[in-house]
Amino acid sequence: MFGFGILSGLVFLPLVGVAFILALRGDDEATVNNARWAALIVTLIDFLLMLYAYSKFDTTSAAFQFVEQKSWFGSGLVYKMGVDGISMPFVMLTAFLMPICIAASWKSIQVRVKEYMIAFLVLETLMLGVFCALDLVLFYLFFEGGLIPMFLIIGVWGGKRRIYASFKFFLYTLLGSLLMLIAIMAMYSFAGTTDITVLLKTHFPAAMQRWLWLGFFASLAVKMPMWPVHTWLPDAHVEAPTAGSVILAGILLKMGGYGFLRFSLPMFPDACTYFAPLVFALSVVAIIYTSLVALVQEDMKKLIAYSSVAHMGFVTMGLFSLTQQGVQGAIFLMVSHGFVSGALFLCVGVIYDRMHTREIAAYGGLVERMPFYAVVFMVFTMANIGLPGTSGFVGEFLTMIGTFHFNSIVVLFAAIGTILSAAYALYLYRRIIFGVLEKPALKAILDLSPREIAIFTPLVFLTIYYGIHPAPILDGTAVSVAGILHGYHSAFAAVTTAALP
Amino acid sequence: MTSLSFALAHSLPEVVLGAGIVLLVLVGAIRGRKSDGPMTELAVGVLALAIVVILLGSKTNAVIYNHAFVDDGFGRFMKVFCYAGSLVSLLMAQDFLTRAKIDKFEFPILVLIATLGMSMVISASSLIMLYLGMELMSLALYVVAAFYRDDRRSLEAGLKYFVLGILASGILVYGASLIYGFAGTVSFIGIAAALKGTPNLGVIFGLVFLFAGLAFKMSAVPFHMWTPDVYEGAPTPVTTFFASAPKLAAVAITVRVAITAFPGITLQWQQIIIFISILSMALGSFAAIGQTNIKRMMAYSSIGHVGFALVGLAAGTQQGVASVLIYLGIYMVMVLGTFAVILSMRVNGKAVELIADLSGLAHTNKAMAFLMSMMMFSLTGIPPLAGFFAKFYVFNAAVHAHLYGLAVIGFLMSVVGAVYYLRIVKIIYFDEAAAPFDKTMPVMRAVQAISGILVIFLFAYPAPLVDAANLAAKSLF
Repeated sequence: MFGFGILSGLVFLPLVGVAFILALRGDDEATVNNARWAALIVTLIDFLLMLYAYSKFDTTSAAFQFVEQKSWFGSGLVYKMGVDGISMPFVMLTAFLMPICIAASWKSIQVRVKEYMIAFLVLETLMLGVFCALDLVLFYLFFEGGLIPMFLIIGVWGGKRRIYASFKFFLYTLLGSLLMLIAIMAMYSFAGTTDITVLLKTHFPAAMQRWLWLGFFASLAVKMPMWPVHTWLPDAHVEAPTAGSVILAGILLKMGGYGFLRFSLPMFPDACTYFAPLVFALSVVAIIYTSLVALVQEDMKKLIAYSSVAHMGFVTMGLFSLTQQGVQGAIFLMVSHGFVSGALFLCVGVIYDRMHTREIAAYGGLVERMPFYAVVFMVFTMANIGLPGTSGFVGEFLTMIGTFHFNSIVVLFAAIGTILSAAYALYLYRRIIFGVLEKPALKAILDLSPREIAIFTPLVFLTIYYGIHPAPILDGTAVSVAGILHGYHSAFAAVTTAALP
Repeated sequence: MTSLSFALAHSLPEVVLGAGIVLLVLVGAIRGRKSDGPMTELAVGVLALAIVVILLGSKTNAVIYNHAFVDDGFGRFMKVFCYAGSLVSLLMAQDFLTRAKIDKFEFPILVLIATLGMSMVISASSLIMLYLGMELMSLALYVVAAFYRDDRRSLEAGLKYFVLGILASGILVYGASLIYGFAGTVSFIGIAAALKGTPNLGVIFGLVFLFAGLAFKMSAVPFHMWTPDVYEGAPTPVTTFFASAPKLAAVAITVRVAITAFPGITLQWQQIIIFISILSMALGSFAAIGQTNIKRMMAYSSIGHVGFALVGLAAGTQQGVASVLIYLGIYMVMVLGTFAVILSMRVNGKAVELIADLSGLAHTNKAMAFLMSMMMFSLTGIPPLAGFFAKFYVFNAAVHAHLYGLAVIGFLMSVVGAVYYLRIVKIIYFDEAAAPFDKTMPVMRAVQAISGILVIFLFAYPAPLVDAANLAAKSLF
């Protein structure tokens, strides 16, 4: 329609919802409800549109599909969209989580509801844009544009230290992304274009690759987040409203991993080999150190935030193992972590909405009053640990297999991390759910409402479904990942032959 | 065509302005105080006519008046923006001046004279013309800075600006005389021809002085000391004017001098530009953080932005010049939008100018809160707003010219700058509401709306501006 393809529709549809909400006048309960419904319906339509796109998606091809291209403002910059097996899972994850986020904010957001919904819809456009963009500058626009709505979401609807957290989030991310922008400009200056499909075939000189890699690393490592630039994440998570945390953990963090997959691995193969030990070291520190930090947290959200950092350590480890299993495992882990950690934040949100505290010590014995909640929380805790049969297991296992080919010592440390993750997750579960319900404030706490059950059902289903049957994601990504790694090995071979006459 | 009519045809905008000034002075002198009211409209009409003359006029380039004056794409581009800046400033000034009871008919005339000065500066192709235009502009600006003559701060601002300004003019003319002495000519083309081969130490000396004078007019560090005081002290509409048109003119002539008069010694002036650019970005970003007065904050912000614009000039390429033009155009839109908000900051009829007065604006005036935040994000350079492309193009030019160090420092400084812009957003959206502002004047609302639309439009569809800037930059090479 209008010469634009399905991806443009997918990406810009939420803006239609924004226009509709902007047109609503007044602040009474009916208008506010209209805004909520509008946001929910728009995100659901977007989800259906994504399913339609997925049904047309050819998983046996490594090429970019649904490609659309428009000249934008001359001189090499174009509006170009397209997806392949690497971006498709993230597009699906985003479209899947958004309606859940809107539904999760139904009751807990009572002030400035219209603005809240607008911020979320704009954020959805920008996030989908990141995963669909096939032009480096376009990617960057979406990537950095997401800062504004997230800054406002944390700052306006956040907790007590929201201002500190929102500034920290914004400035950390901005600093990183600007260094990436310099790398983008340097690539533009070298290749004369910012079209990703062309850049994927461009061979950058080895010395330049290292600098470019570092530029991208500055941004992606912050976004990931990797140790030691992860400190913004616990603050942002703790202060953000529940749905904000879900988006942050579920999608925004994945942009870092997606960036590595899309740019660093295929475009800078020499630099990736050169810097792989550094990434392994940082990943192992992240896995072990942040797991230990998670053990001693008093705040539930902070604990889950640190566990996210640890899981992202597995992701970076898998990515830089540069093996088929490792990279596919990393993608799988990211998708799985997207709904598992999102669901864990929703679990925290459920009891926070009732008790208005996130302190672990304020709870205990919830199983007596909330049996459904205890089950749901149990499923996600197990998935977070990586119990076989849940989606968390597949990703962690594959990343470790992949890395084992490359460096077995690293896997040894990572395995210690999985033990620690069981420790902190079960410890959290015991303190909240088990024990005797003796706190007077908890005596009247209610179990999940139908709305909350509706939110959790798809998440529980997917967590177990992908745990037993991971093939849909793994098959979808296999060809594209092989494409990246093939390009990788051939580039590597070319350098080796060039070096040895 | 005789040579005089040829020359007049190519300086038609200046002729229109000059004739308009004479006419307005006559009207004012004859009708006396009765003419206070409609004078603004007349002046706006003159400026609009001058813009139309440029847009419809001939697009050929010509050097006229004995190599003193050049009519080219670069000049036309900058003039349109300067005239538009003066025009909008005048429109926004009327209400403020009436309320302060200083709506004298001299004000629009002085603005017109300053604009004529800018026009001459932009088109100058000899050192004499440069100096004359600069003085014409500055003398009018000294007077408008002190225009609120019952206000001590305004008088202080005018006096400070005057004393420091003539010092800078002295430095500039000293540099010009040194260059003349060593190059033997005052025309830019002549200087460029005389400087082929090894750079002459005397000329470089002169160049340093010349650039020092120009840096003062641009309010670039280390010649920026007057800016915060003058911006804060001058009546707000005058500050609006200072931050838009004269700044553009000063940067424009710096670009023209550097590119057309000293192409042979690029390496020499490049060092100076890189130096003042880094210092301006750093000082502008750090010093603005602690400000409590929004006009003063905008003064530091404007210092920082000159630094960013100069990054493009430091590249020294055609692409770099085009990026400076894009930057200045977008910057002016953002500044006028921001000042339209600042001028609307009135509580019970009294103008307020503390940053704290904006607090909780999102509760009391949603539209203005949204617009102001948009301007702040745009000034920071965050997509999807035009400010991003402004920064993108200048830094892209710098990276193309392999000035990686400058680009990295510039980006670090823009992160520092983000702190104070975000602070405004924080105060508007996250804080509790302060006293609500009075109803926004229609003029202000119009300027806010137009600049808001432009900031989004120039992001989504920057082609017209980018093409025009590329064409304009081409005429310098």
